[in-house]
Amino acid sequence: MLPELGHFALILALLLAGLQAFFGIAGPVLGRERWMAAVIPAVAGQAVMVATAVACLVAAFVGDDFSVSYVAENSNTALPLFYRVTALWGAHEGSLLLWILLLALWTLAVAIGSGRLPARFAARVLGVLGVVSFGFLLFTLATSNPFMRLDPPAPDGRDLNPILQDPGLAVHPPVLYTGYVGFAVAFAFACAAMLEGRLDQQWARWTRPWTAVAWSFLTCGIAMGSFWAYYELGWGGFWFWDPVENASFMPWLVGTALLHSLAVTDKRGLFRSWTLLLAILAFSLSMLGTFLVRSGVLVSVHSFAADPMRGVFILVFLVIMIGGALTLYAWRAPLLKSTAGFELGARESFLLFNNVLLVIAAATVFAGTLAPLISDALGLGTVSVGPPYFNPTFMMSTLPLLALLAVGIHASWKRGRLKDSARALLVTCLVAAVLGCGLVFGLFARGGLLAAVGATLGLWIALSSLVDPIDRWRRRLSVPRAMLGMTVAHLGLALFVVALTTVESFTVERDVALAAGASTRVGDYEFRFDGVQPLDGPNYSALAATVVVTRHGSPVAVLRPQKRQYWVQRQLTSETAITMNRGNNLLLALGDDLGAGRWSLRVQIRPLVSFVWVAAFIMALGGALAASDRRYRAAQATQRAPAGAAGEPAR
Amino acid sequence: MRVHLSMVMAVMLAALGAAGTARAVDPTELPDPALQARYLALTHELRCMQCQNESLADSPVELAADLRREVREQLLAGKSDEQVRAWMAARYGDFILFRPRYSWRNAWLWGAPAVLLLIGALVSWRIVRERTVLLATDDAPLEEDRQG
Amino acid sequence: MNRFLLPLGAFLLLAVVLAVGIWHSPEKGVIASPLLGRPAPQFALPELNHPGRQLRSAELKGRWYLFNVWGTWCTECRAEHAVLLKVQQAGVVPLIGLDWKDDDAQARDFLTQLGNPYQAVAVDASGRAAIDWGVYGAPETFLVNPQGIIVYKHVGALTDDTWTREILPRVSAAAAGS
Repeated sequence: MLPELGHFALILALLLAGLQAFFGIAGPVLGRERWMAAVIPAVAGQAVMVATAVACLVAAFVGDDFSVSYVAENSNTALPLFYRVTALWGAHEGSLLLWILLLALWTLAVAIGSGRLPARFAARVLGVLGVVSFGFLLFTLATSNPFMRLDPPAPDGRDLNPILQDPGLAVHPPVLYTGYVGFAVAFAFACAAMLEGRLDQQWARWTRPWTAVAWSFLTCGIAMGSFWAYYELGWGGFWFWDPVENASFMPWLVGTALLHSLAVTDKRGLFRSWTLLLAILAFSLSMLGTFLVRSGVLVSVHSFAADPMRGVFILVFLVIMIGGALTLYAWRAPLLKSTAGFELGARESFLLFNNVLLVIAAATVFAGTLAPLISDALGLGTVSVGPPYFNPTFMMSTLPLLALLAVGIHASWKRGRLKDSARALLVTCLVAAVLGCGLVFGLFARGGLLAAVGATLGLWIALSSLVDPIDRWRRRLSVPRAMLGMTVAHLGLALFVVALTTVESFTVERDVALAAGASTRVGDYEFRFDGVQPLDGPNYSALAATVVVTRHGSPVAVLRPQKRQYWVQRQLTSETAITMNRGNNLLLALGDDLGAGRWSLRVQIRPLVSFVWVAAFIMALGGALAASDRRYRAAQATQRAPAGAAGEPAR
Repeated sequence: MRVHLSMVMAVMLAALGAAGTARAVDPTELPDPALQARYLALTHELRCMQCQNESLADSPVELAADLRREVREQLLAGKSDEQVRAWMAARYGDFILFRPRYSWRNAWLWGAPAVLLLIGALVSWRIVRERTVLLATDDAPLEEDRQG
Repeated sequence: MNRFLLPLGAFLLLAVVLAVGIWHSPEKGVIASPLLGRPAPQFALPELNHPGRQLRSAELKGRWYLFNVWGTWCTECRAEHAVLLKVQQAGVVPLIGLDWKDDDAQARDFLTQLGNPYQAVAVDASGRAAIDWGVYGAPETFLVNPQGIIVYKHVGALTDDTWTREILPRVSAAAAGS
């Protein structure tokens, strides 16, 4: 009964989304007040219906209802309760439902916060969001219904993929999707502005906090995915330039550019058409990511079960949504010229370079990710692209960006006045170079150009970021949240650069064969292998090794890597044991039984890798801080005369 | 019946017994450190044809072990890195390479970053020039309270 | 032309590329073999049912044959076994088997229990021959013409469909042509 209720709820949600879209867009055009007033109730109704559908599916999982095909494919009676709930987003249909739920929640949030917005504009924003919801709901009901029944019901389920049976799984997709989907809000704001024919600094101020929050979530989501892969897969890698990883990274890069462009539009009314384009681009990349992962056009271990029919549907949806937005752009953007000016050394300049480089970075990742498709379509045969392409080409745009960031932070708006900051610039650069190179050569007793460059750039950015806040603090001025957020985010970035270049340069990895009782020395650590014991888990049986780790004789940790066989799917997984010591990550994986009590083991020492993710979370925190600045929560939106804007007045 | 990629992969994974994320731990080392370094580099650049998003170095399946053995033997026989790659590609196609070949067919891919940087530089230069000129006639006051 | 139309133009181009990608995607599951149209790799391997005797690729030249890579550990191979028996009974093209990384005794038992569709079975214990043929997952089947050129490759369990629509026509067409 419940699955039918869930299915019905989805159908109602589809209808409500349709109404939301219709009233939201047609209402303002035709001037119908009653229609515009109906939008928010439609939003609320859709959210309730979607939540109901999700609740029904969760109930089916928890209750082991194997008459529901999706539950039968992704769950099992032996599956722990926690994973029965998180299995909801373990495969295509359920993860789509998660998408839809999060979109409904974002829309609800926008509706609640729309009191400050002019009524027509708010209706348009919600209307555009309604169009997106409608498309996804239609897609789900037509091609990917999670409530399909199995007749007769399966006696037991096929179990959740063991790789996904992990606490990290519970958090990574919802957080990631919250970010991904959140860019729809910026997209909706952009479309609403284009429909109104007006885009001014006020618009930027409305859009900024929503974008910053979505960006924060996306940053966290990507970091979580990377961290989860690191300790779940256990081979020490945390970023593989896999198409699905790239699908979330491209929107992040463009989203970062969008945040910075919004800042310029907010402050000086400049870059308006660029901001518009970036808002469209960020969400387009989110949607493109959805397409790539579910259509089967690209090879990836992440992809959901591929189906060309789904690919066609999403593609058509993409063409309508993005083609429509870009057509609006071609129509409205020519009117958005401002007459403000700035000099070469001004903050606007640096932000321009920043955005150009970020977009180039995204375009590079795009080229590499879609290369197989592009090559095939152009008749150039097959090509396969992996880290050896992405790593060097990505650095080509990001290294200059980091250097420009360190300089640009000192620049003022409009007239850079870099000469005034010349001393600060020089001091920060020199200190960073000396400290950076010194630490690298000192701590690791050997060189590494990448590490030295990374440490220098990271320290330079960190020091530069602190100059202004410390100056304000010393003058007993308040540091606005937005500035604090920016500083924190840039500090996070600095830490990220240092950690990443360090781990890439100084990781030590060795495979050894040991008999019980034997030891080996890797780096500064000794590893003594004490044999292997069988043991059983809730839905698996395992062989667990015991390895005692010491450093120069003093005990560090006891690691217990395992090899597990899950009963239902009969998949063999390796659980790597990981511990931290003095900023290093020590990883130990159990290999194969070599006979006569000897086993192969993989030992890795990865310095500073944990800080890669700490840094990402610091960046996300910065974004959240910036979004909470009270200027965005001003009670009534005041209309300022924008410099050189075109179009009709607000109301 | 249409063959979906996931089905094919699941079949192959199931077919070879060892699967999932059991790690490829390989304690044999080449006698010469330089050769060992080349071996590691090559096996990280070659794709495992079964677990197609993993490199030969990391993939646990038997095929990967066989192919790693092949790389080892060829290096010991004095083959160059390019020869090893060509040998692999002759049997499995360019798909086995994680590094796209340096050829005219891939020129667009390898050239894309440089071309993009050039375009980016041109666009930036035009915008900055335009705005620098406008600066002379821009008397609008800046709001000093707005940072960031 | 309005330069603001550039993004739309670029996007529509991308949509075309993606559409082509979908159109081609049923073939994506299988990677195109570079050996198509090239000579079949040479091998000299022990025969499963005649230990001490060697099966050489040179002996196979001069007629069509299907080269089928399999193993007893491979579940899909069991699934295609019935189709292989049918192919053998049709008597048009002989089947040569490659027993890939398998146990000899188990392989013989397998063929005794389920029937032997092969004219001869070569044993590849080391896996080197399979690598030469570019095999990445059993079962795989290659169609080789009398000149020793590989003209078709099928990855995955052989189906009736593939036999009638891909393999037979190629053999018949050549026979009709000569």
